Amino acid sequence: MAKTLMKGNEALAESALRAGCRFFSGYPITPQTEILEYMSWRMREVGGEFVQTESEVAGINMLFGASAAGARALTSSSGPGFSLKQEGISYLCGTELPAVIVDVMRIGSALGNVFQGQGDYWQLTRGGGHGDYRTIVLAPASVQENADMAYEAFDLAEKYTHPVLIASDAAIGQMVEAVELKDFHDHDINKYDWVIKGRKEGEDKRIAENVYYAMGADEYKDFLLEKYKRIEDNEQKWESVNTEDAEVVLVSYGISSRVCKEAVKIARKKGIKLGLIRLKTLWPFPKKAFDALTSDIAGFLCVEMSILGQMVDDVKLATDNKFPVKCYSEFSNVPDPAIIIERAEKMLLENGGRK
Amino acid sequence: MKYSIPKTITNIESGWCPGCGHGIVTRLLAETTEELGISDKVIIVRDVACGSMQSGVVTYNNIGAAHGRTIAVAAGAKRIRKEDIVIANPGDGSAYSIGIESTMHAALRNENILALVVNNSVFGMTGGQMSPTTLPGQKTTSSPYGRDTSYNGNLLDIMKVLNTFDIAYLARGSVDSPSAVMKAKKYIKKALMMQQDNKGFCLVEILSPCPTNWGLSPEDSLKFIKEKQQEYFPLGEYVDKGGYDK
Amino acid sequence: MEKISIDVSRCKGCGYCICVCPSGAITKSEEVSKKGYTVISVDESKCVQCGSCYKMCPDYVFQIF
Repeated sequence: MAKTLMKGNEALAESALRAGCRFFSGYPITPQTEILEYMSWRMREVGGEFVQTESEVAGINMLFGASAAGARALTSSSGPGFSLKQEGISYLCGTELPAVIVDVMRIGSALGNVFQGQGDYWQLTRGGGHGDYRTIVLAPASVQENADMAYEAFDLAEKYTHPVLIASDAAIGQMVEAVELKDFHDHDINKYDWVIKGRKEGEDKRIAENVYYAMGADEYKDFLLEKYKRIEDNEQKWESVNTEDAEVVLVSYGISSRVCKEAVKIARKKGIKLGLIRLKTLWPFPKKAFDALTSDIAGFLCVEMSILGQMVDDVKLATDNKFPVKCYSEFSNVPDPAIIIERAEKMLLENGGRK
Repeated sequence: MKYSIPKTITNIESGWCPGCGHGIVTRLLAETTEELGISDKVIIVRDVACGSMQSGVVTYNNIGAAHGRTIAVAAGAKRIRKEDIVIANPGDGSAYSIGIESTMHAALRNENILALVVNNSVFGMTGGQMSPTTLPGQKTTSSPYGRDTSYNGNLLDIMKVLNTFDIAYLARGSVDSPSAVMKAKKYIKKALMMQQDNKGFCLVEILSPCPTNWGLSPEDSLKFIKEKQQEYFPLGEYVDKGGYDK
Repeated sequence: MEKISIDVSRCKGCGYCICVCPSGAITKSEEVSKKGYTVISVDESKCVQCGSCYKMCPDYVFQIF
């Protein structure tokens, strides 16, 4: 298929439909709203179900029902709306139901503001609701990745019968870029043996509820640990840029990582050996990307749009605390390549580069 | 046999307290779906708390929703499984307190589901706290001196709200006597027929005893329904777009 | 001919059947079930097979022939 120009949010929505998504329930909030708006007319065209719900809570719970019934289901939100989805995400995890939930991140706690931000990192990667769980979190950095990750998210969700979150942001959601969309895929709502439908005589009874009840506490614990390990082993995704000989390695994702790529180019022209690990999954955190690096690195510089430097802990853990880890964090502004290079140079001065 | 236990009722003993009305309502559901020949289409969406124990008592496939979300979850499931019969089973706390927005909006969207609300005027599982349908003066563990409407707020009669909505069916029954049980059964059956005919949103509320949390004997609980609960929550059909009586 | 069958193992002793039986056929028995409930007993000679007990029983004890 030829490339077409699309807004990030709309490319994500169209791609989800092409992946076989036939259920969307959501609520307006900037900067996510174009997903809802696009679905409002396009879902009808493809013969699916669109509901503008009374709240985000209702949105995630209608999705819960649709998912239990076997549909590929999507909901999306931003900021405070995404917080309201957390109860339902915890229930999806406990019940072992696949679904895709998009967080088009905006800045700040409370109302914050509608500008691009990456302050939901902790909420996204630590399990934002109650109880012991994590979700797979994909981090697109372009309109093309918004489309590709939305397409792939449904397969991933079904592979692990687990919700998959997409950590988009206002910039990625609102920007217009060329995108190549994948073909339409039909999803059969009766594909899996866990889907809830009327029970025919002689069939086993199916119940969609917290799987812990049927398993019992001990078995559930082992089951969950094994499942999360399997995800961590198999689903780490990242892109390494010039890390082979890098003296300072940037760690970034989403909109910030695009600036980092630019910074690496500029730095290299200046003779500074800068590299980048761009996270494509926030959880599982791509520890393998760090394992592959040699030991004589001056340090890692996290570049993210969260005041508190939410990604830093994960980089320290991934590197077993063996390297200095600094953070260049912005709030409402997209990081500046010049500042990135300045910080990297400072790290080189303080910690020394390759001998 | 004149009266036999419906086939969809299992041999598993329920966890409900002696005299709990949930068992009666569950049997009515089993009877009506069997009589209509739709047992193999039923999807139950149950709440947490006392209503959740229905799962083991019936052979239906079912979904355990979060507290207060049965109606939203049921609406989502029904939109995917239009050939199936989807029944949300909230209690009064679920449907009228935490889940009231979904009750209202599912009705506004005329979602083609049945909300079968068991109203026992308390939060049962958590130990009998005040709910939106606790009667004035009724003592609960969170209104220990009796519900004082100036302090605790007024109660909600959902019939007075939803009877102005463009929905398919709205009725309130009770299980305080054999004749009331038969009437309640008629209401449930009608609502299921409407869902079969895609008529839209149906809400049937059943006044149901909770001897444990009311602090009454089962016999006195039936009297409480008749003499007190029905004073605030009159029985009858409030909206009926089915035309099945003619 | 058998008029009524009861499964007292399901009975929780709430006594709704006793309240609604029009012919006084049902009484509390002396029998305590495994779960500790004092269950009911039926005097079949008095049973008029009206089904009131079946209708009110929350625990599916009764069937009427």
